Amino acid sequence: MKKIRFVTWLLIAFILLQASFAFSKNLILATTTSTVDTGLLDVLIPMFEKQSGYSVKTIAVGSGMAMEMGKRGEADVLLVHSPADEEKLVGEGAGINRKAIMHNDFVLVGPPADPAGVNSARDAREAFGKIAGTGSLFISRGDKSGTHKKELSVWPKTTLLSNTWYIESGQGMGAILMIADQKKAYLLSDRATYLSYKDKLKLVILYEGDKLLLNSYHVIEVNPEKFPKINHEGAKAFSDFLISPAIQKTIAGFGKEKYKGALFFSDAR
Amino acid sequence: MPVNYSEIFNIILLTFKVSGTALLFSVILGFSLGFFVALNKFPGKKILVAVINTGMGLPPVVVGLLVLLFLWRGGPLGFLEIIYTPIAMVIAQIILATPIISGLTMAAIQQVPQKMIWQARALGARGLNLVWLLMRETRLSLLAAVMAGFGGIISEVGAVMMVGGNIKDQTRVMTTAIVLEAQRGEINMAVALGLVLLALSFSVNLGLTIIQQRVKNR
Repeated sequence: MKKIRFVTWLLIAFILLQASFAFSKNLILATTTSTVDTGLLDVLIPMFEKQSGYSVKTIAVGSGMAMEMGKRGEADVLLVHSPADEEKLVGEGAGINRKAIMHNDFVLVGPPADPAGVNSARDAREAFGKIAGTGSLFISRGDKSGTHKKELSVWPKTTLLSNTWYIESGQGMGAILMIADQKKAYLLSDRATYLSYKDKLKLVILYEGDKLLLNSYHVIEVNPEKFPKINHEGAKAFSDFLISPAIQKTIAGFGKEKYKGALFFSDAR
Repeated sequence: MPVNYSEIFNIILLTFKVSGTALLFSVILGFSLGFFVALNKFPGKKILVAVINTGMGLPPVVVGLLVLLFLWRGGPLGFLEIIYTPIAMVIAQIILATPIISGLTMAAIQQVPQKMIWQARALGARGLNLVWLLMRETRLSLLAAVMAGFGGIISEVGAVMMVGGNIKDQTRVMTTAIVLEAQRGEINMAVALGLVLLALSFSVNLGLTIIQQRVKNR
């Protein structure tokens, strides 16, 4: 009998332990991998939590999955970078109050030897065309993320993405930088993630500067009229937090010293 | 990057909280189910045994996906609001470990000679008394079942990643932290965490093994 009582107490203790897992009010933020991989959110989220009292659950998936979570009401607020899909999301009424937060640009990264010769390309399409033309190894996110969507829009219309040289990895930005580095392959990366990984890579930036390669991030609140269960107050607070002058300054200054150049440029007015 | 020891300590602590809680519940459920199936005759028993045996090899990502669908706000249990919390991770791990423990328990009990059970029953052992007797008889196998269950969940990454979300300071455990560090290219950190996980797993199993071997020699 003593043993059974002991087990009962053990159970009660464990249940109490579980109760300590209960948090203050939750806010689910679905976002892209680049905001997490660069460490930007590691800086911003604790500031927001302290200021607002919300407990933020940051789910780092591609922008595609993040917006899918928004469409299903499984997230409260989105921080994403896939403009065409974002407009569609807002148009469908799943998201509201889309606001520009920050931007940087995408860069074409590859092995220093540059076997495809993209270095001399005049624009992004030509650079991509050269990779396809020479059949040089290229690693794609392949996950419907903002970066993947951008990459697909840059390939010249006539290009056939053949699996002899075009590899779909299905992983996050940081992960495929590591893969491309090992395989001496080309890839399209957002500048911020590339810079924050640069020390670990042999890959270099081989093409940059085309307007087509602009990378802009927006915050979108999930529509509370469509999903009454969501934490809209928290979403609004997070959105206001991101566009506040002080935080915009933090974003613009993020990583500046460490990487000798800004990772993000602030966009909110 | 400077190593943040308090963060690592919290990750280790959470790993044990989650897997320890899951193991406790899995042992209770797994033993009960294992004993029930082994000691009773009922229609469909063979099918249930086959289901349990299949469950011993459940792919963690499939379990993760199912738990995710149930616990999402739009899912049938969404009102509980436990998705992306350690509780969700505990649930996923219970689903993974319970079949392992009940399957091995079942096998252990079925190895006990039927004559011994008859004899015990004839001498008046009923219900909990009989269970207690059988537990003592099969303690070696039962402890092995507990170890197998623990090994299954402490090393698991797919399910906890999905239902926990690998959120810093909230749902990041050893395995998901290792995946993240490896993707970030922090290979040294990933290896260090991996060694810590191995060491911790070894010490828990060492503890259980010592208990196991001690009862054997008594």
